[in-house]
Amino acid sequence: MSIVLVLVIIGVLITLIIESMPSIKSLGIGFLWGKVWDPVQNIYGAYPFLLGTLLTSFTALIISVPFSYAIAIYLGEYNPKGWLSDLLKNTIELIAAVPSIIYGFWGIFVLVPIIRTFELKIGVAPYGVGICTSSLVLAVMIIPYAASLGITLIRMVPSPLKEGAYALGATRFEVIRSVILPFTRTGLFAGVLLSLGRALGETMAVTMLIGNTTQIASTFKEIFFGPGNTMASVIANEFTEADHTLYVSALIELGLVLFFVTVIVNLIGKRIISKATNN
Amino acid sequence: MDQRIGIRNTKSVLFKGLIIFFAFVITIPLIIVLLYIIKQGITQVNWHFLTHVPAPPGEKGGGIANALMGSLIMVVMASIVAVPIGMLAGIYLSENPRTKLAYYSGLCVDILQGVPSIVVGIVMYFWLVKPFGGFSAIAGSVALAIMMLPIIIRSTEQTLKLLPDSLKEAALSLGVPYHRVILKVLVPCGFAGILSGITLSIARIIGETAPLLFTALGNNYFSTNITGQMESLPHVIFTYATSPYDDWHDLAWGASFILLLFVLTLNIVTKLLTRKWKIQL
Repeated sequence: MSIVLVLVIIGVLITLIIESMPSIKSLGIGFLWGKVWDPVQNIYGAYPFLLGTLLTSFTALIISVPFSYAIAIYLGEYNPKGWLSDLLKNTIELIAAVPSIIYGFWGIFVLVPIIRTFELKIGVAPYGVGICTSSLVLAVMIIPYAASLGITLIRMVPSPLKEGAYALGATRFEVIRSVILPFTRTGLFAGVLLSLGRALGETMAVTMLIGNTTQIASTFKEIFFGPGNTMASVIANEFTEADHTLYVSALIELGLVLFFVTVIVNLIGKRIISKATNN
Repeated sequence: MDQRIGIRNTKSVLFKGLIIFFAFVITIPLIIVLLYIIKQGITQVNWHFLTHVPAPPGEKGGGIANALMGSLIMVVMASIVAVPIGMLAGIYLSENPRTKLAYYSGLCVDILQGVPSIVVGIVMYFWLVKPFGGFSAIAGSVALAIMMLPIIIRSTEQTLKLLPDSLKEAALSLGVPYHRVILKVLVPCGFAGILSGITLSIARIIGETAPLLFTALGNNYFSTNITGQMESLPHVIFTYATSPYDDWHDLAWGASFILLLFVLTLNIVTKLLTRKWKIQL
């Protein structure tokens, strides 16, 4: 039965490669930085989606890191046991359990109007939907992944190390900064990678909130607050509408790129974790 | 020196305050989302809502019976596919951790966990939708089954690894054949752990929308035909949430509430099972 698993993965890879062959052949490597995506004219470039995916994922990551590190430090060091810590830990896990479609639905009706008024205030076109909105929702969604790993790792820091630092007269903050964080640095980084992998592939919430346009605005401010598109969202939106071979295979090539990127990010993360927890 | 210690202590206290602030602030969005869904959804849910199919736009009433049935059928079918495969693979991984095949399948589990659900949807489209000439609930179930596999495999593997070796050795020394040791000793002993993996994986997939977009699609009518299109809870939320009609939004809030209820219940069940077994999933 384990063979089935290996076969499934190989099958997935082969299917993706075969089905994206037409677009790989006719568009070549230039597909990745082609700036225009116009199915009607049969022009395909992945740049708008790469930009959208990277921008949403990394913004979400930057927002989420302070929170996930704080949770990891609080539940790993300050308050590892007791009802309050259990409650907080379960709540954090609940964040990951809520389906992404629900975040997206809530985002459309609650977050979008809020962002819209905010955008009016700072003087950009008040779309409401867009890269900024998606990043905010994504940030919340990916926090549990880095946090739960961080908690486990921080609890694994050997207490003689901490006690040694306390004995030298270090304060709690100094112990955390110069003993615990250096000790767990690679592991915490791996947690962030897992979060990133999740953010890159997230589909539904982003599809509902990003606004789905393939135009790239000229200034960064307009790009950030305006609507955009990610690799996953363009596949979700256009795959069933795609009517000719090249169109379909261009979308699948996006899927292939997404597959490789998320798999690599995840595998690096997993490798670091297994190294950090074994030694 | 005395002044320095004062500054250092203040710093330490401030840092603790900051950490506590950040750690707790993040529960606020979750609480807001949950309360909002409950507030909007609970007024929609009644017997009529659960037993009727959606009404056309503009008409009052209507429900999500088709989506409930569809989700149920697809989750059950996905479990039928995924549970045996996942359990067997998990048993293999825990019994033979050092073989080459175990290494590669372990790697595949890691890869599978990272595959975006939308990619699974695309692949299923080419495996089971295109060759058979139409969207079907079967294709949707297989896509969901693939999403379930890594969680079931990992939980089975972890649970069985926690069991003491003496248990297995005692059974073997009594002359019990190896396959019966696994079926009659190991699996029953680790049953709660394996079960928690299954409930957790169901909680994950019941809200999955992306793989269903290209496989089961949706269906406005009540259908139990597994070779045809079938509606599901997350898909009904997606279509109605992005539609321009207020009546349909109400329907989607109700459906979200029901979906949330399922997910929370399954998670609590998982929690209770894992608490007893102290398994890290």
